[in-house]
Amino acid sequence: MNLGGAAFKLRSRNSARMHFREDAKISDDHHHDHDNHLSDMDAKVRALQTILVEKGLVDPAAVDVVVETYEHKVGPKNGAKVVAKAWVDPEFRAWLEKDASAAINSLGYVGRQGEHMHAVFNTPEQHNMVVCTLCSCYPWPVLGLPPVWYKSPPYRSRVVYEPRKVLGEFGVELPDSTKIKVWDSTAELRYLVIPMRPAGSDGLSEDELVELVSRDSMIGTGLAHAPGQE
Amino acid sequence: MTLPETAKDPTPLANAIPQPGSAKKLDPKVFDEPWQAQAFALTVTLHENGLFDWPEWAEFLSAELHQDSAKQDGSDYYSHWLTALEKLLTSKGLVDVPSVAALTESWKRAAHATPHGTAITLENDPAGGAA
Repeated sequence: MNLGGAAFKLRSRNSARMHFREDAKISDDHHHDHDNHLSDMDAKVRALQTILVEKGLVDPAAVDVVVETYEHKVGPKNGAKVVAKAWVDPEFRAWLEKDASAAINSLGYVGRQGEHMHAVFNTPEQHNMVVCTLCSCYPWPVLGLPPVWYKSPPYRSRVVYEPRKVLGEFGVELPDSTKIKVWDSTAELRYLVIPMRPAGSDGLSEDELVELVSRDSMIGTGLAHAPGQE
Repeated sequence: MTLPETAKDPTPLANAIPQPGSAKKLDPKVFDEPWQAQAFALTVTLHENGLFDWPEWAEFLSAELHQDSAKQDGSDYYSHWLTALEKLLTSKGLVDVPSVAALTESWKRAAHATPHGTAITLENDPAGGAA
């Protein structure tokens, strides 16, 4: 464990200036309508961080950087670029098939929860869907953080035993001849679905193709958009 | 692949799936409230500081998410996340439940005593911080 010595250690609790962003709401309670109010969860996360900062176990500035990264910098646009490149560049596609982590890293998408990636390719014969039945494992560097439904109990349980029905609820109907395979993510292995390139996209540039790749198409609960489709 | 215990849950996804039209949007809001971002980032940072490994964290998170009380629409995900974090840190002896509870109350009192529009700091707790 490398904590950089006592570099994070703050002087005392009262001088600890934590960078909590204010989401204090004016209380609904009429007796206190000029006061700030913290929810139980908000107060608890501040309490945990206060203790950990005092112990020198975490640097509040490092926590802020992580927030900033996942709120604004990492998102499914990264994955869309991987997919578009796989559509236009057969060599990249082959690399992605053989060693997805390395191929994805080569585009600069490196980092937490992306260390062990596996790309699964949709074909007319097989459609791929991704879930984490355990919790919510997800390839952050290429897709950002998971949507609410990915973390919901019904998706995590149902996609395993009735994937076609779940897909239908997302508005996707596949021919019976297309097999559906469900991949269960783990804390060690994350999946990225490479959707099929849509018909009518032959003349498009790589940048234009990126716009056709939805987040859901890379989880397998959607398809890539056809050109002109909104 | 092993089926989760909730495997025969017939609940439709309708409540959790976004409305048509929003699916194409590549930049949906990541966190509903700032404390969720804080809880997430605190966990990631502690992991990177070597205090626990990720599979260990996944076990604690999974245990919370598989409770019967977990909401079907996933809206309480970060509440479970925060509970899992507190339990993991407690199991490692890095925090203890009474201190966390006392400091949580202290933060709430400090917020109440802070005029709206100014930053909330622990020193505003009229009781003088968690003893």
